[in-house]
Amino acid sequence: MSLRPDLAPICEWIKPQSRILDLGCGDGTLLDYLSTHAGVRGYGLEIDPANVARCIARGINVIQADIDFGLPEFETNSFDHVVMTQALQALERPDEAIAEILRVGRTGIVTFPNFGHWRVRLGLIAGRMPVTPALPSRWFDTPNIHLCTVDDFEALCASRGWRILDRHLLSRAHREGVASRLAPNLMTEVAMYLLEAPAQR
Amino acid sequence: MNATEAATAVGSVGLVTPQRIAIEQPLPLDCGRTLPRHELMVETYGTLNAQRSNAILICHALSGDHHAAGFNSADDRKPGWWDNCIGPGKPLDTERFFVVALNNLGGCRGSTGPATIDPQTGKPYGPDFPLLTVRDWVRSQALLTDHFGIARWAAIVGGSLGGMQVMQWAIDFPDRLANAVVIASAPQLSAQNIAFNEIARQAILSDPEFHGGRFYDHGVVPSRGLKLARMLGHITYLSDAAMRAKFGNDLKAAPTFNFDVEFEVESYLRYQGQSFVDRFDANTYLLMTKALDYFDPARDFDDHLEAAFERTAARFLVIAFSSDWRFSPARSREIVKALVDAGRDVSYALIESQLGHDDFLMPIPHYHDVMRGYLHRIACAFEAAGDGVSA
Repeated sequence: MSLRPDLAPICEWIKPQSRILDLGCGDGTLLDYLSTHAGVRGYGLEIDPANVARCIARGINVIQADIDFGLPEFETNSFDHVVMTQALQALERPDEAIAEILRVGRTGIVTFPNFGHWRVRLGLIAGRMPVTPALPSRWFDTPNIHLCTVDDFEALCASRGWRILDRHLLSRAHREGVASRLAPNLMTEVAMYLLEAPAQR
Repeated sequence: MNATEAATAVGSVGLVTPQRIAIEQPLPLDCGRTLPRHELMVETYGTLNAQRSNAILICHALSGDHHAAGFNSADDRKPGWWDNCIGPGKPLDTERFFVVALNNLGGCRGSTGPATIDPQTGKPYGPDFPLLTVRDWVRSQALLTDHFGIARWAAIVGGSLGGMQVMQWAIDFPDRLANAVVIASAPQLSAQNIAFNEIARQAILSDPEFHGGRFYDHGVVPSRGLKLARMLGHITYLSDAAMRAKFGNDLKAAPTFNFDVEFEVESYLRYQGQSFVDRFDANTYLLMTKALDYFDPARDFDDHLEAAFERTAARFLVIAFSSDWRFSPARSREIVKALVDAGRDVSYALIESQLGHDDFLMPIPHYHDVMRGYLHRIACAFEAAGDGVSA
């Protein structure tokens, strides 16, 4: 089973046999892969009924709940990793969600589309809300209400004292090229962060 | 469609004959007494495979019984109470699973209960029949499991009070079930739930025809009390929106300014109450509501439900319905949280629904998809091991 390219870098960060919580787990692809290949145990949180049924049919533990509503029910430090892929920008309060992620998990893995990417900037210079391969929705039907750039995100982490243990800044082909190393905020389409709360070290 | 046509239709288990199974081992009860022997009415659907690994037990709710699917005779107007879920190609697929449904001890559909003749007196037990707990039922069902020679159920499934039996099974006999499916249930009753039960009991106990539970000896039934109890119950099984949609505040005719049936909802409740009196025993109703009230598996673990669940080994599927206020989704979430805290495998599905608590009996597509997907995986596991029905 080969893994979706946007999930592969996340798997490098996850320790075998660990306990994980996947927020917005979709049809359970990541948890299925990790349980088969890394002996990981855990749960997914998912709001879409069809995805919940798919997770259950493939034997993945899934809890039908909203991220905003469901996270507070989990005990502090009850997971090795809490993962949230491509959902940050759709949350009511992304900052509070990350704080919760770092309370519930020893580490948090967060990915989001970078609003500082040159395609986005080009769209805005042209005077229109950008529609890009990483952000395909139009302004009136987008679920994304809290978009941010790589620099914004790292500034938030610094202000809250969250440690960035590692990051992957990827181009559209999900590769870390020279360009995204030289000008990360301009060249990154998808940003991935491995975070830790300050008090836990 | 009459019963003969329905019984031959795709997806029906067809005609079924209930069996009376005598359990000759003594059954110690939580109240301190011991039943020397008891009998259980049982229906089974599908075929038990050679390895006896494809068996599913159905635990019924307050007014349920062993007749869960199919028809008992060609004249039956209605099939068993969960016929939409049990049958060939249905979520509980009888081509793959051997499904067992029983009437619990203390019931009134043929199993040993308050209306049974007490061999010591030659009269019905009545109020002398012991009050039971969910744990007692599970012990009785474990003896039934031995009767079938089943070491471990592939799954135990139940809604409402049935879901409580499923949880108790997982706690008390962790190695005797692989999967626990808990539907529209709760980890214990709320004060509001107990209050409803208490009013239902008072309605029965204060009926002059109740005769302290010995109404059999007087040749009467406390029909007014039992009817009231059922009418009250029915209100709690339906959502406000469902009742509004079904009855509105429609008058059947012009106002008559008296207390006859004038509104549609009154007519419905009186009909439901009356038809219940014709098929249910007042002492059984009292006993069932007490078993509900007593249920609290956390009580033995300093009120820590997760400590109770630490004893379990089954995988859990917990299902709740959005419009259910009798056992609301929040109660199912308590079960899920305790299972997560105990580190157990659990999935939770919240079904968008309209009707209320009764939705657990309805063929809602998302609900049945979830059940079908979960049970399909269980069947695949034993079929891959060569334990299919035809193997």
